[in-house]
Amino acid sequence: MNTTTILECRDVWKIYGAKADSFLTHTPDPQKGDLRKHNLIGAVRRANVQIRKGEIFVIMGLSGSGKSTLVRCLSRLVEPTAGEIFFEGKNLLSMNEAELIHIRRTKMGMVFQQFALLPHLTVLENAAFPLDVQGIDKVTREDRAMEMVELVGLKGRENNYPRELSGGQQQRVGIARSLVVEPDLWFLDEPFSALDPLIRREMQDEFMRLQNMLHKTIVFITHDFDEAIRLADRIAVMKDGEIQQVATPEELVLNPATDYVAEFTRYVSRSKVITAGSVIQPLQDGTFAGTVDHKQLIDDIASQIEGANAPYRVEKDGEVIGQITRQAVIDVLVGRA
Amino acid sequence: MPRWLTSGRVFWLALFAVTWALSTWSFQLYKALDARWIIRFPKKWQLELDGAISGFLIWLVEDAGFYLFSFKDLTRAMAALIEAPYQFLRNLLIEGFSSGYGETAVQLAPSLSWIAIIICIAAIGLYARDWALAALVGCCFLYLAVFGQWHSAMITLASVLIAVPIGAVGGLFLGIAAYRHPWVDMALRPVLDLMQTVPVFAYLVPILILFGFGPVAALVATIIYAMPPMVRITIVALRNVPDEILEAGHMAGCTQRQIMWKILVPSATPTLMVGVNQVIMLSLNMVIIASMIGAGGLGFDVLASLRRLDIGGGIEAGLAIVLMAIALDRASQAFSERKYRVRKSGNLIQRYPLSSTVLFFAIATMILGRLIPAVQTYPEALTLTTGPFWAGAMEWINVNFFDTFEAIKLVILQGLLLPVKKFFTGIPWAWGIIATGLMAARIGGWKLGIMAMLMMGFIAASGLWGKAMVTIYLCGVSVLIATIVGIPLGIWAAERPKAGKVILGLMDTLQTLPSFVYLIPVIMLFRVGDFSAMIAVVLYALAPAVRYAAHGLGDVPEQMIEAGHMAGCTKRQILWRIKLPLATPQLLLGLNQTTMLALSMLVITALVGTRDLGQEVYIALTKANAGKGIVAGLSVAFIAIIADRLVNALARGQRKRLGI
Repeated sequence: MNTTTILECRDVWKIYGAKADSFLTHTPDPQKGDLRKHNLIGAVRRANVQIRKGEIFVIMGLSGSGKSTLVRCLSRLVEPTAGEIFFEGKNLLSMNEAELIHIRRTKMGMVFQQFALLPHLTVLENAAFPLDVQGIDKVTREDRAMEMVELVGLKGRENNYPRELSGGQQQRVGIARSLVVEPDLWFLDEPFSALDPLIRREMQDEFMRLQNMLHKTIVFITHDFDEAIRLADRIAVMKDGEIQQVATPEELVLNPATDYVAEFTRYVSRSKVITAGSVIQPLQDGTFAGTVDHKQLIDDIASQIEGANAPYRVEKDGEVIGQITRQAVIDVLVGRA
Repeated sequence: MPRWLTSGRVFWLALFAVTWALSTWSFQLYKALDARWIIRFPKKWQLELDGAISGFLIWLVEDAGFYLFSFKDLTRAMAALIEAPYQFLRNLLIEGFSSGYGETAVQLAPSLSWIAIIICIAAIGLYARDWALAALVGCCFLYLAVFGQWHSAMITLASVLIAVPIGAVGGLFLGIAAYRHPWVDMALRPVLDLMQTVPVFAYLVPILILFGFGPVAALVATIIYAMPPMVRITIVALRNVPDEILEAGHMAGCTQRQIMWKILVPSATPTLMVGVNQVIMLSLNMVIIASMIGAGGLGFDVLASLRRLDIGGGIEAGLAIVLMAIALDRASQAFSERKYRVRKSGNLIQRYPLSSTVLFFAIATMILGRLIPAVQTYPEALTLTTGPFWAGAMEWINVNFFDTFEAIKLVILQGLLLPVKKFFTGIPWAWGIIATGLMAARIGGWKLGIMAMLMMGFIAASGLWGKAMVTIYLCGVSVLIATIVGIPLGIWAAERPKAGKVILGLMDTLQTLPSFVYLIPVIMLFRVGDFSAMIAVVLYALAPAVRYAAHGLGDVPEQMIEAGHMAGCTKRQILWRIKLPLATPQLLLGLNQTTMLALSMLVITALVGTRDLGQEVYIALTKANAGKGIVAGLSVAFIAIIADRLVNALARGQRKRLGI
């Protein structure tokens, strides 16, 4: 196993229906029709993903695509029907109750779509809850929880009850609670889907700010492709329980593996995904208006290149690998590339 | 099969026609064929279940043992467990604490003074919501003191204070067990169904035999009666905790125990408090019935007055129960809606201002009470009595309106009650079983049909067919009238929000009244008989019909109504074409509730001389014949279960058709 892989799942299945368990032993390689014939639903079908340390891994799919079930398999909130899941090299599925509880208490955190705050506890008590169940004394746990509450910008609201907060604030509490144990692996299950578009945007920024400080390994679920490309290092696109493609946002847009992925990426504003390195042309003689890095997004450099009357050099690791012209940028912006 | 045969209308018409014909000519048929079995269930086929049950109970009490101890020891131990806290509460509220017996008794401490108790209950009201509630519950209790009901009321309060925690906590634990283990759920479900449909009277006798006459037996009966809804509500409340909250608990690394006590139970608390409220109301509902097997207090006062036909006394004590019910109901409801508050800081007194106030008054009045007895016990000279007023009012009504009441009674009796009674009691038992089976199969499938036939068969085989038919007739007529009155009231409440508030408030209050209370004015006005029974049942069973109708209409999606308006519907068309059809599932659920309440009330009306299954149960109680009571009680339960399943199947079918 790759040393930087923190969570890996191999051939994970989750099948719902009567006799779901014995089905896979009879039919090791079922097709869609087989499941339907037996009145079974394949919520997750042979999922293989590796989540690397420190990356934001987004699982993207529409409702019913199995993304929520998959993340629940990864955290073992749902028992997979078949397959293996390794967390830091240890088999998560063979752990007993106590080991699992220990892992969750120390290494995992999760944020939920509907916030899942406990209505009878204050903001501070909610944030301190994971420490409370570990039996940590009140002063220590509330100190730690207070740090988290401050981190998510809710200082001053710590004695309020969840129902007194707005949706965005409630989700901040959810985030504080999931971070209080300083987890290595952070699950976020559609954390911003229940929020208004403007608040959602604000929370995404907040999330990126936190990630830049904390550098967690993140599994992020969303049904919003724009959100996915905004946040993700890598994206897994799911449909009907199957992972269609795992790739960086740029690869998804440039080389969609299936028609379904292509359909999704068609209306994406490509300049926000495509980097300078993807549209370089061979270096030609002549004057250059400047130099850009190959990783820069077209969106970020568009105005400067358009404004100049000569092409830009494109650099990779300090070495010039080609040039980028005004025409190439415009092609990306209007969707010709 | 040809289409006309399977079509619904033909089926129902034919079923009714055959039943009617057989009912009308069953007697002639028996004479013509000389077959007595047509109208009477043959004696030699009769089940002798009642004797067996009675015998079993006697064996249980006299001979049964579990090696180390006998069954009797077990019941004695349970009795002692209940007796001890009950006696403590009685001492606290009424008698005071003393050591020694009889003449040599030395009082150690007096009971809480009436002032302290009123302040305590008002403080609970304030804690649960606000000053208005505090004033309401305080005044309710003040009434008890001023109108001379204090002593009885405190006895009742003591038994409620014992029955409610045991019922609530016991229900909670049973509910948790059922939530955790499916097999407990499977085992509990039929038991709960039976507990809620078997009339209370039926299990009074076995309890009487096991625990003997007295407050303990009454408490046991009350707890058994009040616990089932708590179990059900607990199961529902725990299942309704959002999955995400549960998952959040798992992800926080909770153990099973922590999941239950730190996540599930606290999140479900508001719903659980609704269950506690139910337990309180049912315990109060049992007050009068329980006094038949030895609970003293207000219930006993009502029962005694009813037996003496002492109008004033009955109404006074009844009113006291009602006020106590209202006070406890409002207070416990406020608890279930209570918002979490910011905790206060400071020293003990600052942190718990209410508890300290109550404690202060308890001690102050205790000391003062030694010097001034009026502080300890409300002075008798200052009590008011409304008894003569009520008696006079009733007499006045009877003198002036006797003819009117008689006329109404006669018209309804002749025009409705008697023909329906004749129809039902005429049905030969064999056809009755078949017809019920056909009806049930048609509505709910063949499984339901077979179940209905078996249950009706049991009733016939127990020799209770005739009485069961009287029960069905009385119940049917009452439900019919309650529906005819209730649904328009519900529609009115839904259409006119202002009127609705009044109507629904009135219904809420009607539902908090113990069922017995309905009997008092009805007997006073119409004397004993089927008609009085019907009126009491209608009054008692009215509330769900109104409420479900109002909710059903209110729940119709706004869009549908707007679509109706845009299609150019008149108000009347919107009601008849849109709202009512969409509300039918709710209306049917209301009908179901009405039927269940009617059946439970019917048993109580046996006291006013109906000749139905209720009477059978009641006679069994007075003769302490456990077997007979249980068999008759089971018969009532079977009728209730059949009715419940039928109406539910109808509602399900309707919902499916509407796609809701």
